Amino acid sequence: MARRAIRKKLRGWWPTALILLAACAQTTRPQGDTGLEREVLVSAAASLSEAFAEIEAAFEAAHPGVDVVANLGASSTLREQILQGAPIDVFASANIANMDQVVSAGMTAGEPAVFATNLLQIAVPAGNPGDIAGLEDFARSELLIGLCVAEAPCGAFARQALASAGVVASVDTNEANVRALLVKIELGELDAGITYVTDVLSAGGTVAGVPIPDEHNIVAEYPIVVLADAPHPSAAAAFVAFVLSTEGQAILGEYGFSSP
Amino acid sequence: MTSSRSPRPPVLLVVLGCLGLVFFAVPFIGLLGRVPWSDLPALLSGPVVGDALRISVIASVAAAAIALVIGVPLAWLLARAEFPGKPIVRGIVILPMVLPPVVSGAALLFALGRRGLVGEPLEEATGLLLPFSLWGVVVAAVFVATPFLVITVEGALRSMDRRREGAAATLGARPWTVLRRVTLPAIAPSVLAGLALTWARAFGEFGATITFAGNLQGRTQSLPLAVFVALESDRDTAIAISLVMVVVSVAVLVALRDRWWGAL
Repeated sequence: MARRAIRKKLRGWWPTALILLAACAQTTRPQGDTGLEREVLVSAAASLSEAFAEIEAAFEAAHPGVDVVANLGASSTLREQILQGAPIDVFASANIANMDQVVSAGMTAGEPAVFATNLLQIAVPAGNPGDIAGLEDFARSELLIGLCVAEAPCGAFARQALASAGVVASVDTNEANVRALLVKIELGELDAGITYVTDVLSAGGTVAGVPIPDEHNIVAEYPIVVLADAPHPSAAAAFVAFVLSTEGQAILGEYGFSSP
Repeated sequence: MTSSRSPRPPVLLVVLGCLGLVFFAVPFIGLLGRVPWSDLPALLSGPVVGDALRISVIASVAAAAIALVIGVPLAWLLARAEFPGKPIVRGIVILPMVLPPVVSGAALLFALGRRGLVGEPLEEATGLLLPFSLWGVVVAAVFVATPFLVITVEGALRSMDRRREGAAATLGARPWTVLRRVTLPAIAPSVLAGLALTWARAFGEFGATITFAGNLQGRTQSLPLAVFVALESDRDTAIAISLVMVVVSVAVLVALRDRWWGAL
């Protein structure tokens, strides 16, 4: 009897406890040393992986207490996550088209700024086993050829370049993003693929690049923006400013990106 | 006061259980809410869906058949044979079930890829190239799905009444005859249940497939891969394919309701 009575009394406490918990969560909203939030969630195109890793480290060194969390993937995947309401602070896309969809959905805070440009390059495994000399070799059906899915910027640009060169590619796989494609070239599973200059550079000696002539090449413009519903707006603004700063641009330059 | 005729479940369990139910039900409600019902026939009759359905059906049926051929013997050895290192063998066989599929895919690529441990000599000897081919889709599915058959059948072999096998042997039946005439008929329902689970897992395979076999419409793009790609370009088609997969999976579960629960 007594236990039941106690249990009954406790039951009444549940809502109060919940409200207290919620209140605690409110008051302990994290703040970094510099007045910025403790975290900034950055959705960045897969091709930015290494460059943004270094920018992340430099930004965290300049803003102690702020943790940059990078979410890397095909810009189309990232765009879709944002449109579906993912709580992201900053979106850095590998093309304008994906950014435009987020802008026209009214989900950005201000206008996106182009922070880098990139060029396409043919990537082949070290030693070029398929003996690839240019885009025309993409028509050779005996080779294993990969592109990015047409939805991803690298896939859209690659198809534009091939069309411009009048090549009907004999494609064996459409990889989800540029890094998935690069890995299969590094492993020698594919004879060739079209990635960015920066990806070939990042792969070091495991991948060789075959240039695509300017008349068929595409200049990929990378826009960046703070999102309207950013959970950490001031840290997000600081991160974007850092990417556009001389220091951020220098890091991007190291990885083969050009300043706009 | 002390006797409770029909035990009432504790309130906490009911609340948490309902929470769990909501968690599982809400995604399906969300999916159903987005289905463009009137456009469904048009969406599902497109070439992408047709190609993907064909690949999914071929690969999952082939995978289930191969799983049957290699999985039942494995289950029998694990349940009946005594050999050193048996826990390790069981671990290896079950591992793909708990491993992230993309890791399985990467492992397959390193082993059976064009420059892989086995893949390179295999290609030189036979010209057979697994990645970026329908065979690659089948291999990925066999790898991740066979464990479901093995554990189901092994469980059945362990729990079956072995006196009948003993009796058959006493009457002079050879081991192979005992297996064929006594053991297999006794565990047939479990084999069927395991086979269905294996098939369902193979039908839904994504991570290992895209990593090992790549993604090309008409050659390696199965339904889950088509959903993944379409989500970014043609959401209505993605939702329509998802609906098909939910319906097929529910149908399998319902069809197996008695067998599966009876077998365990």
